[in-house]
Amino acid sequence: MNFDFSEEQTMIMDGISRYVREEYDFDVRRTIKDSNDGYSKEVWRRFSELGWLSIPFDEVYDGFGGKTDDLASVMIELGKGAIIEPYVASIVVFGTLLNESNNESLKKEIIPKIIHGNYIGSFAYIEEQSRFEITDIKTSAIKCDGGYTLRGQKLAVIDADKSDGFIVSTRTDNSQFSADGISLFLVDSESQGVSLSNYKTMDVHSASVITFEDTFVSDENLICALGNGYAHIKSVMPQILLALCSEALGIMETLNKLTVEYSKTRTQFGSPIGSFQALQHRMVDNFMAYEQAKSMVYRGLCEANNYLSGSINLDEFTRVAHAVKALVAKSSKQIGDESIQIHGGIGMTDELNIGHLVKRLMMINVEFGDGDFHQKCFGQN
Amino acid sequence: MDTNFSKDDIAFRDEVRKFFDDEFDSTLAKNLGDGHGDNYKESIIAWQKKLYKKGWIAPNWPKEFGGTGWTDTQKFIYESERGLAGVPDVLPFGLKMVGPVIYTFGTQGQKERFLPKILSSDHWWCQGYSEPGAGSDLASLTTSAEYAGANYLVNGRKIWTSLAQYADWIFCLVRTSKGARKQEGISFLLIDMSSPGVTVKPIITIDGRHSLNEVLFENVSVPVENLIGEQDKGWTYAKALLAHERTNMAEVADSKRMLTELKDKASKSIGGGGRCLADDQVFQKQVSDVELDLMALEYTELRALASIAEKGMPGPESSLLKIKGTEISQQLHELHLKVAAHHGGAIALTEEQYDEIKVGSDARNRYLYGRAATIYGGSNEVQRNVIAKAVLGL
Repeated sequence: MNFDFSEEQTMIMDGISRYVREEYDFDVRRTIKDSNDGYSKEVWRRFSELGWLSIPFDEVYDGFGGKTDDLASVMIELGKGAIIEPYVASIVVFGTLLNESNNESLKKEIIPKIIHGNYIGSFAYIEEQSRFEITDIKTSAIKCDGGYTLRGQKLAVIDADKSDGFIVSTRTDNSQFSADGISLFLVDSESQGVSLSNYKTMDVHSASVITFEDTFVSDENLICALGNGYAHIKSVMPQILLALCSEALGIMETLNKLTVEYSKTRTQFGSPIGSFQALQHRMVDNFMAYEQAKSMVYRGLCEANNYLSGSINLDEFTRVAHAVKALVAKSSKQIGDESIQIHGGIGMTDELNIGHLVKRLMMINVEFGDGDFHQKCFGQN
Repeated sequence: MDTNFSKDDIAFRDEVRKFFDDEFDSTLAKNLGDGHGDNYKESIIAWQKKLYKKGWIAPNWPKEFGGTGWTDTQKFIYESERGLAGVPDVLPFGLKMVGPVIYTFGTQGQKERFLPKILSSDHWWCQGYSEPGAGSDLASLTTSAEYAGANYLVNGRKIWTSLAQYADWIFCLVRTSKGARKQEGISFLLIDMSSPGVTVKPIITIDGRHSLNEVLFENVSVPVENLIGEQDKGWTYAKALLAHERTNMAEVADSKRMLTELKDKASKSIGGGGRCLADDQVFQKQVSDVELDLMALEYTELRALASIAEKGMPGPESSLLKIKGTEISQQLHELHLKVAAHHGGAIALTEEQYDEIKVGSDARNRYLYGRAATIYGGSNEVQRNVIAKAVLGL
């Protein structure tokens, strides 16, 4: 029995931790947030040089060949910095969807570009009516000469305005709610008939409404077999959920640390507020919520390895991932709320990092389904 | 035991309903929003002036000072109708905070000077209580007022001052002497915001907006006639005011409104896979959990109001209203955010943005700013201490 990260993983984590501490502090983040691009190309280049953009990609494409726990270890540390760069959208989500694709020529073309920091991608799957149901798709892809014509609209596409291409979920067959007949295409952001309406999100990323109006996409841009899109998404979703939950874990650890530190220095009624039992007990509750979340994420990572070795199947792995996301949502809500409350007025200010970390937790909560959604999926299976 | 309305009450309800219908138009509704719009100041003043003209601006004031003379039932009806119509409450600082202090503890001169302009909304007031080192422990405040002939010389820093950027006047707790207990030696002073030496600095909150401020005082000269009651006895007046403030924080009418809006939104919201969110049993349970609490709180508030009518001032049990009221409103904010799902993260930038994005953005801002409700007006931790000590005798 061993719950330690490997030597190699620890080395990478230490590197990211040092980087976040020394080169990506809160003032740097603030400067980047207010810049025109909305993220730092310089930071992205550094990520590439340090090898962090290569983590989930296969070695044949110059990737690191990382497994779920490799990506998770990176996310724990990146979470602590609440980084603005499109790591989740481009590496975790777009990256894993592409890496698991069987379209070798597309992978050969795109993955090295991502790793070298020259290509950013995002995943367009949410629709106006879909809420958290990934299979609820109206966007259509109709066969035409040499490819498909896309028509429809995707909402809340994270970091789309920074992206060179989108993986788009479309319906090539069956009705709106069916898990069959969904196809995934890589659509170049410059394609004709693609238009974006961009807005900022509370974690200072961006999101877009993307409209496809008779957008042509070539046969060669199919990510997986025609009509097999949902199976493809399903196969990578546990890994994506675990990466997001790992990021949340890093944030929760930071919030608890900052709150306990503050309670030791803030004096009211002649004593540090951390000496009051009412607050002590709540900080203990927050500590327990974090430890429970950590155990659940680690459980998920162990099951990821079991899935890889074939000792559990995808449905079993998926069920665990639902459980992890549901529990992490609960811990996140508790720790987020309490961090602000125990800080008091100062916790409400934009100037302090507490609120920014909480807002990132809130964004993670709704990505690919909130806690209620995942708990229901867990309970039903 | 009876809360049924008489024929007169029903006529009164219809009158209130008609007034809100006629006077609270859609432009006002839009500009007032959740208290952060560009035209907020002009709009809330315009609305309050309409209430003033109607004679309804201060239902809780004694009639002799400009109150309505309504019965408790009428006050309850008015509040309920206000919530139903989505009409925002009046600004509390003048009408619900300093006004009652002035008519209870002020001199005849102070009453004549300040009360009419509070009623007519010609003076915008703000509250100078908290300091960087005096939050929950309010009595440890250090802003000083030195007596110098006909004036006090005020120096210090107040923080978390809501809407001070619009204020003409601030009522402050200041230290005038060092007593044996820290509650002694505090005085209640009214300060003209245009006095030389007063500076307002914005504090941006986690919702990215500006309603809080720091107010700095550097050798600000304040005439002694601006002192309320006796020097060094300000804590007594402040405590009376805090009890009033807490009673106002149950916000039952507003929570009921939020609940109705929530149910409405959920019934129109698509829950994915062609289902309706309102039919989702988990969601139903979460909504009804809050509704049960709110139904009970409505009667807890009525019981408190009845007791205030009998005894004059609200007692320490008003802390209960503040705790439950703020917790319920936070739960409602959370449920609104749940409905918004992905769009709760959006920051709407333009009027042209999609409706879902605007609604989501609005829900998120309310949620984030709403986190302050359990912190301000005496944090909920302090309110629990009050109940433990003053009600349970612990």
